[in-house]
Amino acid sequence: MLNRFMQSRLRGLMILALILIILPAFLGNPFHYELVTQMAIIAATVVGLNLLVGFAGQISLGHAGFFGLGAYFSGIATGTYGWPSVPALLVGAILVALIAWIVGRPILRLKGHYLSMATLAVGFIIAIILNNERALTGGPDGMPVPAFEVFGWELSAFGRYSLFGLEIEGFQAWYIFASVVLLVAVWFALNLIESPIGRALRSVHGSEVAASVVGVNTAKYKSLVFVISAIYASLMGGLYAHFQGFITPAVASFEFSILFITMVVLGGMGSTFGVILGAVVLKLLPQVLADFQELETVMFGLILMLTMIFMPKGLLPTLTAIVSKRMRKKAGGEA
Amino acid sequence: MTALVEVKGLDKAFGGVHAVEGVSFAVEAGQVYSVIGPNGAGKTTLFNLITGLYIPTKGEILLNGESTARLEPNQLAERGMCRTFQQMQICMNMTAIENVMLGRHLQLKSNLFTTLFRLPALRRDEESAYKRAAELMEYVGCGEYVGAEASAMSYGALKRLEIARALAADPKVILLDEPAAGLNATETAALEDLIRKIADQGVTVMLVEHDMKLVMGISDRLLVLNYGRVLAEGTPEEIRQNPDVIAAYLGG
Repeated sequence: MLNRFMQSRLRGLMILALILIILPAFLGNPFHYELVTQMAIIAATVVGLNLLVGFAGQISLGHAGFFGLGAYFSGIATGTYGWPSVPALLVGAILVALIAWIVGRPILRLKGHYLSMATLAVGFIIAIILNNERALTGGPDGMPVPAFEVFGWELSAFGRYSLFGLEIEGFQAWYIFASVVLLVAVWFALNLIESPIGRALRSVHGSEVAASVVGVNTAKYKSLVFVISAIYASLMGGLYAHFQGFITPAVASFEFSILFITMVVLGGMGSTFGVILGAVVLKLLPQVLADFQELETVMFGLILMLTMIFMPKGLLPTLTAIVSKRMRKKAGGEA
Repeated sequence: MTALVEVKGLDKAFGGVHAVEGVSFAVEAGQVYSVIGPNGAGKTTLFNLITGLYIPTKGEILLNGESTARLEPNQLAERGMCRTFQQMQICMNMTAIENVMLGRHLQLKSNLFTTLFRLPALRRDEESAYKRAAELMEYVGCGEYVGAEASAMSYGALKRLEIARALAADPKVILLDEPAAGLNATETAALEDLIRKIADQGVTVMLVEHDMKLVMGISDRLLVLNYGRVLAEGTPEEIRQNPDVIAAYLGG
């Protein structure tokens, strides 16, 4: 039983890897690659957020704040102060983790709407700071971010690289990089969930009082998962900044936070692969509905509402349930 | 010999209402100790105070001679106290066995590093927790649900699952809040056997229960509460003959 469980755990990861390997066959131009790379980075962020929202049952409406902080820390450290990319990413993540821990301790005592409001406020404060510290961030006009580089080797969307003798374009290299990052992010998330720590997190969602009487320090675990999800957001924000080459305070905006939450809810709270699907759908939607751009926020609100009413478990869990029901019926009919 | 659980002059007021007032008693290790009384007598409040879910207005609770003031429920669990609830607290977002494995939380030595990379140490830990949880589910009599979701279980099975979860923590004392509520006669008889088995293992059992036949049959000592105060305390035989208890229960 346990073995079968663990096998199914890694099966999802393998399917995701397979999709990421096959996908380039369907990608025609740099724009497609750009979109899919953005999807992968955002999906990894949402996988982290899902640990907090889907598994531990704590809402954050300010996660773009952590994403934005990570993006700006990387941008400023590498652009203004000439740091190498990787240390900038890591130091940024440690800083964001510290901030999340400090604000998390008091606000995670709150429940429901109050917690939402508090995280909302944290996100707003970060966005306001990024908007106003012009000398550091360039204010609302944004700032350029240098290309990602490791040991003097630059990863630019406009570069040309050879991979095992294969000539590839910069945007293709970024796609490969982002795919690997996403797979690692998912692997970590899966490992975390299927562990005593993950069980403690889920029990906080299921019954906080039950968790506490068997010895789970619920306050500690809520802080821990808040910090972990903030680290995910910070690292992905940093990568996003390097990939885009230019960032504005919009990356830390309320709208972006809502987008993250909508991805989690639509894809399926507590379903790691579900929220990836949520990220894909909600990144694709604006492309399909390019003519209704001004209605984007309305759309997201509507999607959030309809999902809550008609498939509270989210897209992927609902679809899986339908498929397995059909299959069982079929098997039952033949028997 | 010091008592395992000792309660001294315990008081809990909700606004002007004294749910528990001046309650003192001691539970020796290895006993089955029951708390009975009419509805609203303060039995569950007393349990919530002992397990750290409520903070007493006055008075003191000692666990193994140590004051439990300001200790969180999880810290009490670390000191060997576990409980079940009248309103069952099961994590419905988890499988049945995961609920029991949750009870092993304090025995598992994983950290974030071994977890993120799923190192062999963690897997061994998890496998042993899984095995122990499966044993316990068998032990309490819901072994057939090892592979099931918690939400797929019957009411009676969930009650036993909650006991298995509490036992998974290797407690010194386990507090059961109305474990027989909602159970039929057969299930109650099975529960009685289970409580005996637990007590025979050396685990102290504290029980809140309405089923008099069950309580009188298995308890070493009883505490009778009425309107938050102690009405009587003693062996089942003493309680049965106590005129105050007879008056309160039979309205004499």
